[in-house]
Amino acid sequence: MPLLEVRDLRVQFETDDGIVRAVDGVSYSVEEGRSLGIVGESGSGKSVTNLTVLGLTRARNSKFSGEVIFGGRDLLKLSEDELREVRGEEIAMIFQDPLSSLHPFYRVGEQLIEAVRAHHDVSKKAARGRAVEMLQLVNIPEPRSRVDAWPHEFSGGMRQRAMIAMALINSPKLLIADEPTTALDVTVQAQILELIERLQSETGTAVIMITHDLGVVAEMTHEIAVMYAGRIVERAPTKELFASPQHPYTWGLLRSIPRLDSPRNEELVPIDGRPPSLITRPPGCAFHPRCPFVREAHKRIDPELEPVDGRRDHDVACLLSQQTRADLWQHLAAGEAPARARAAVPLGEGAE
Amino acid sequence: MARYIVRRLLGMVLLLILVSAVTFVIFNVFPSTDPAALRAGRQPTPEVIEAIRRDLGLDRPKIVQFGDYIWDVFAHQDFGKSYVANVEVLSQIRENLPATISLTIGGVLVWLTFGLSVGIISAVKHRSILDRATIGLSLIAISAPVYWLGLVALYLFAPDFGVFGLGFLGGQGSYVPFSEDPLKWAQSLILPWCVLATAFAAVYARLLRGSLLDVMGEDYIRTARAKGLAERSVILKHGVRSAITPVVTVLGLDIGILLGGAILTESVFNIPGIGRLAYDAITRGDLPIVQGTVLFGAFFIIIMNLIVDVLYAFLDPRVRY
Repeated sequence: MPLLEVRDLRVQFETDDGIVRAVDGVSYSVEEGRSLGIVGESGSGKSVTNLTVLGLTRARNSKFSGEVIFGGRDLLKLSEDELREVRGEEIAMIFQDPLSSLHPFYRVGEQLIEAVRAHHDVSKKAARGRAVEMLQLVNIPEPRSRVDAWPHEFSGGMRQRAMIAMALINSPKLLIADEPTTALDVTVQAQILELIERLQSETGTAVIMITHDLGVVAEMTHEIAVMYAGRIVERAPTKELFASPQHPYTWGLLRSIPRLDSPRNEELVPIDGRPPSLITRPPGCAFHPRCPFVREAHKRIDPELEPVDGRRDHDVACLLSQQTRADLWQHLAAGEAPARARAAVPLGEGAE
Repeated sequence: MARYIVRRLLGMVLLLILVSAVTFVIFNVFPSTDPAALRAGRQPTPEVIEAIRRDLGLDRPKIVQFGDYIWDVFAHQDFGKSYVANVEVLSQIRENLPATISLTIGGVLVWLTFGLSVGIISAVKHRSILDRATIGLSLIAISAPVYWLGLVALYLFAPDFGVFGLGFLGGQGSYVPFSEDPLKWAQSLILPWCVLATAFAAVYARLLRGSLLDVMGEDYIRTARAKGLAERSVILKHGVRSAITPVVTVLGLDIGILLGGAILTESVFNIPGIGRLAYDAITRGDLPIVQGTVLFGAFFIIIMNLIVDVLYAFLDPRVRY
């Protein structure tokens, strides 16, 4: 049984401009001790999906459907009090901006102690000991004195370490990391990722890593789900996804990150256009306005997430035929521009 | 920190000299009344007025009068004597200060109690009917002039002539010092406290509501929720703790202003405070008293400002002096 299983999750927000379908039928699961990367642009629904898992998007103007099964319970159906016992104790979360994620008016140690005492009836002294222990575990130098530091006395990297210490202080079964390195310097990013990876293997905590950067999840996740416009458009084991990506959006993501093994004169290719509005979703395939390989039929038919032939663990939502996708990727992987690949491969009428 | 405070105190002396210069110019160089003529009785002869002028020292050059005044105030804490009552300004102010302090402290407690709780509830129940209702009501409370509100309160609740006279309240002019009779003191001040606090409570409710709404959108509030804290402590310990800082700033200034005399409230309820003293002095052309009360008012505002700034360093650990 998976540790966390999200089934057909939908999240809507009513706003003055209309109903925002932030998450539109998302399913995924994470096994105990494993890690899942959720990749997508800003506004693809990846953060909302995971905030909803913890009930952090509950509001007057939000609506949910689907199931979030964790420990045999549907988290969407829990009361606020029941959910609170899950938060920080069984599922912990760290966020994008460590500079603003710690309360500026409380000492780092106090905030860690608070996290312990929210769930465990222990003395302040014992909780403080635990806080020092955790700061040491995340490589904060001189944890015994740093436990009394203010957040503004920490660098960005140290604050993210402190956030990780706070998240893991109750030994949760699942850690959700929402773009944990986006706000940090590149060198610090690598340290933080390494730290999360090390702690995961030491503690056996399952990890969901949310990011817009495929490079971040390449090394450290077992599986990757690519999200676009509130849906998962491709899901595969990490190695498989990098070896034979199936969705044109995934190709775009892959080609927009630099690779050490690519020819020096190869240019990075950005994905044209902007993510679609989640209020008025484009008809047909939501990616069609930006897809270099779009056919007429794709503007009408909404593709479903279906297994790639011959692979049980690789799903894609794309209307191009599998052969066409394989041919196209071959050209793109060789460094050809999308327009040239398109000219070289007969696309057919679109629908399989 | 100590150096900062010393620097601010020196600045305060300079500012007070400036304030007294401005008051001096307003009341002595462009006088709206001639204090000597006021004192000379009906149909005075010019000689009598001249004699009184000489007596009060008003015949000397203005600059000398001002220099003498400043010297007396800062070197000897001598604020001069009232033209009317012929008593020391300082002792007059000392006599009236307790009433003003009583009115201020009680008012502050009343408006903080109501203003802060309404502000928190409105922010937490943002956009609910309750929120809209309190914010609408607060607009009325802010707009109602204090003297009108005071008269209405007396008309409704005064023990002697009120429509729903509440016997346990003291009426107009019933102020008794706390040291004489604490019970009567409180009874006499309940209505003034509430009247004074009404507009302030509304302002503070709106201020805290706005500030708390901003804070509740901060990342660290999400962190607090993600830790599994109870909503109550997310709001109070994490939200209000941050949202309260602008309230403290305004509170410091408001206390300073009120200690300088709540002229309207004190006049309506006939409370012998600094505001009342200043009002009477202005109507009688009693310049030394006017100057003394203005100077004290400025002093309270400046001192409260300093206290707020120092307090800030304790409220926000990022602030350093």
